[in-house]
This record gives sequence, structure tokens and C-alpha cells, in this order.
Amino acid sequence: MENKKDLRSQLTKTITRPVEKIVKFFITASAFAAILISISIIFTLLTEAINFFQDPAVTFKGYFTATRWTPTFQNPEYGVIVLISSTLYIAVIACLISFPLGLFSAIYLSEFATKRTRKVIKPVLEVLAGVPTVVFGYFALNWITPNIIQRFIPGTGVFNALSAGIAVGIMIIPTVASISDDALNAVPNSLRNGSLALGATRRITSLKIMFPAALSGIIASFILGFSRAIGETMIVTIAGGQYPELNLDPRSAMYTITSSIVNVSLGDTPHGTTAYNALFALGITLFIMTFILNIGSDYIARKYRKEYE
Amino acid sequence: MSNETLITGKKAENAIKESLFLFTLYICVTIAILTLMTLIYDVLSTGTTRLTSDYEVGLITKIQIDNPVDFLTTLDSRYPDRAGIGPAFAGTVWLMIIVVFVTFPFGTGAAIYLQEFAPKNRLTRFIELNLTNLAGVPSVIYGLLGLAVFVRLAGFGRSVLSGGLTLTLLILPVVIVASREALKAVPDTIRQGALALGATKFQAVFRQVVPSAIPGMVTGMVLGLSRAIGETAPLIFMGALTYVNYFPGTPLSGFTAIPIQVYNWIGYPQAEWKETASAGIILLLGLLLIMNSIAIFIRNRYEKDL
Repeated sequence: MENKKDLRSQLTKTITRPVEKIVKFFITASAFAAILISISIIFTLLTEAINFFQDPAVTFKGYFTATRWTPTFQNPEYGVIVLISSTLYIAVIACLISFPLGLFSAIYLSEFATKRTRKVIKPVLEVLAGVPTVVFGYFALNWITPNIIQRFIPGTGVFNALSAGIAVGIMIIPTVASISDDALNAVPNSLRNGSLALGATRRITSLKIMFPAALSGIIASFILGFSRAIGETMIVTIAGGQYPELNLDPRSAMYTITSSIVNVSLGDTPHGTTAYNALFALGITLFIMTFILNIGSDYIARKYRKEYE
Repeated sequence: MSNETLITGKKAENAIKESLFLFTLYICVTIAILTLMTLIYDVLSTGTTRLTSDYEVGLITKIQIDNPVDFLTTLDSRYPDRAGIGPAFAGTVWLMIIVVFVTFPFGTGAAIYLQEFAPKNRLTRFIELNLTNLAGVPSVIYGLLGLAVFVRLAGFGRSVLSGGLTLTLLILPVVIVASREALKAVPDTIRQGALALGATKFQAVFRQVVPSAIPGMVTGMVLGLSRAIGETAPLIFMGALTYVNYFPGTPLSGFTAIPIQVYNWIGYPQAEWKETASAGIILLLGLLLIMNSIAIFIRNRYEKDL
């Protein structure tokens, strides 16, 4: 036994050339870079955000209770609630668009479409997913607002939450559709066939068998879509406007976390100023929100995958 | 009423519900497709004035930029009909070169380690968890990271290098995942065959597995690049939005990029700027189309070999 082990180690112990060592070190280091990036995101956001809260003009309480976000004014106020509520508001509009459209597209693709139609529609959705967000922003401002919003709701401003929300919703349709489609496809065929064999129609099978069976995957796609809507930047910056006070009117401009990050950084914000630090306070607020949603989506999706394995 | 009519009545009702349901599904799919087509149509119909010769010149003032070559090579201007996308196009090319050179080795390296060498333990699991989360981090946060790390800490300033490195961080998770898929698709028989012939693990991976995964890795890289090319938000922190009207000469030059330039133009209220912005969008979408075609071409060309 001992001998065999010896022989084996001698056999496998071929000469490792230095090149191999270097390459191996390099690829290992590359993989660990993922951890390094995560740590540096959290570290940079945290340190600058802490600086922000140490500023006498800012109080932790004010950050969460003030109802105006005006960091560049004479008497700056830092009410993040304004931004959070706008962000959630636009994200909810986006979800109202993308959840039904994305889910129904997924049901169509997995339950009704022939292979041929699938081959056409899938790439179209991929193209939609690949359109840069600045283009969607342009579309929201120059097409959706004048042709849809202002036509049906006269008196709406050029910048409004509604058109930004709709554009964000369109942007996340592919996300919702493709993950829901995967979830529906992962349901064993025996369930579908069993239902059809018992005489259920395809509608009943889709809605009462496939939908519940894939529900956790579908919920995961919804959460991920919501998280992407929250983090979306260019569409809301271009089409959503900047209204720095608390308001819940979809026809008026709003001010999301992301668009205020962009706008604060557009102004001259030298390193160390409160406005500069505010960027990072907003950054970590956004990071925490999306992080929780992403973890939740991942957790639900993974739990679900086990069910049918 | 007899039982029979009840049943047929129910059947008819079901049939209506069935077709209504299918109709709803059709509508949903159609809306998604129609939106995309409307978007493309709107951009094309607005932007082509900057890219095609206007035969009605003389009626109004002559449009200065009326063909793609001028548009691609001219500097930005205060006048919408004289504004070209030259510096932004050059900036995007610079960014792409930096992104490719940094992302490809790190992305494929990490993928090779995770797929072929990494032990199945908690640490590996933790790396994978990190990658999943990084893929979901909003792009503006990468911009903040780039601002703090590359612009300030590393001292690269608001330069094309900082921009390229920030975009690298952004697409690294995407590229790693795609490269792992490519490695996963290599049949195990290739690994076993190499090992059985006496190759070391290292030789088996780098002489057999990686070469056959290269097309898949390149495809992943191209798709990552096509994401990077349209990114706007992170570049704003790299100073790309300040008025840059020159061609970046070195990696440390200030720069602007196509999506940023488009964003700039969208911001002007005059209607003529819409046309210029649309022309920029046509260029952006054209580049994306080319890159995706390359990816599809590589995928189809080499897929059969395995």
C-alpha cells in the first residue's frame, strides 16, 4: 500500500515548469479577483458614505426624514426618501409593464409556440435586451412621451415618471421572459402531458399546472426584473426629469437614486466635498437595495431548481 | 335543458376562453416585437438626414454633414448639422481595445481556474456567489468604484484608461460565466483522452480543452464587449461628459464615447439635435449588430467541430 502510494506520487510528480506555475498563479488570482472587486465596491462605498454622514450639514436622521433632495442648493437638504420613493415608483410602473408582458411571452414561447416561431422570437427578445439604455432613454423622451403619454394624458410634462417607467418596463421584458421561459421549460414534461392526458385544455394546463409548477422561477425573474428597474440609470435620467421633492404624481417629473447620482456627478464635484460624498451614500443605498433583491432572487431560483432535480 | 346542450354550451365557452387566452399571449409577444420595431423605425427615420445626402438643399440652408464618412470623422459642433461623432467614435475604439486586452486574459483565466482546477469547497462556492452578485450590481455603482479606485486612488485621472478598466470590471462577470459555459461544453472524453495518454492536468487543460473552447470564449468576449459598448452611466464619472472635442492620443487622455455623445445630444432642446442624436444611435446600433453577427458567425462556424 505504502509502496503503491510512493510509486504513484513519483509518477504524477512530473517536472512543473516555471511557466506552468506562473500561469496557474495567474488564473487563480483572476478568479479571486471576483472577491476583490466585491470587497472594493463595499469598501469604497462605505468609507465615502461614512465621510458623508460625518459632515455636520448632514444628519443620519435628516437623510431618512427630510422631504427634499437638494445637495447643490444654498441650504442643502439630503432627503433620500424623495429619491427612494421615486425609484420605487418608477420601478413599480416598469413592473406593471414587464411582468405581464414578460410572463405571457414566456408562456407563449414555452407552451404554445412551434419550434420555428421560437427561433424567430427568441432572437428578437435578445436584440431587445441588447439595446443600450441610452437608446431607450431617447425613445422614452422622443417617442413614448409625445406619441403615447401626451396624447392620452394631455398636460403631461416633457419629463415624466410614466414614460420613464414604461421604457424601463420594456427594457426588462427580456429579463423576465427569458428566466420565466427557463423556469417553465425546467418543469418535467410528464406534468404537462399528464394534465393534457386528463383532458385539460392547453390554457388550463398553462395556468393551473405549468404556472404553479414554475412559480418560484417566475418569482425569481420578477425580483430580478424589479432589481434591474431600480438600478436602471440612463432611461430615468433622460426621460424621468429631476423633481427634488416628494411627489406621487406619475405625470410629473421624478428624481430617482440613479439619476441623482448622475446629476450630482455632472456638476463640478471635487473630491472631499459633501456632494461628492453624497454620491457614495446614494451608491450604497442603491447597492443594498439591489443586493437584497438579487440574493433573494438567486435563493428562490436555487431552491426551486432542486425541486425537479 | 338536456345534459347534452349543457355540455356543448360549456365546450363552446371553453373554446372561446381558449382562443381569448391565446390571443392575449399573441398580443403580449407582439407588443414586445412592435416596440422594438417602432424604436428602430423612429431612430432610422429621424437620423438618416445626417447620413444621406439631402436632395432638397437650396430650399433651406445646406446641411453640412450628410454622409456617414463625414459623420464619423468630424468633430462635435455647436450646430446640429455640423456636429460629427469623430472624437466619441475614437473614444469608443480606445475603450474597446483596453477592454479586450484586460478582460480576455483575466476573464478566461478565471473561467479556466473555476471550471478546470478549482477544488469543490466553500471558497470556490464563495467566488461563484460573488460573481453572481457582481453581475447584478447596477452599472452606475461600477462607475462610482471606478471613480474612487482608478480616477483617484490609482491616479489615472478622468482618462480613457480609467474608463476602459471600469468597463472591464463591469463585463468581467459576464465574460467569466460565458467562458465557463464554453469550457463546460468541451466533452469529458477530450480531458480523459489526454490524461490517459500521460498528459498532466495542466497539459490536458491548456493543450486540449482550452483550444477547443476558444470559439465559445471569443463569442462570450464579443457579447461582453457589445454590452460595454452601449454602457453610458459608468463613463459619466470618468469625465466623459465634459466637452471633449479632440481625438484621445494616449491612454491617459480625456475622452468621450458614442453613448455619452448621444446622451449629450439628447439633452439639447432644439429639434435638429434629435436628428444628430438619432444618427449617433444608428451608429451605435450598427456596431452592436456587427458584433452580434460576429458572435453568431463564430458560434455557427465552430460549433459543429466538437
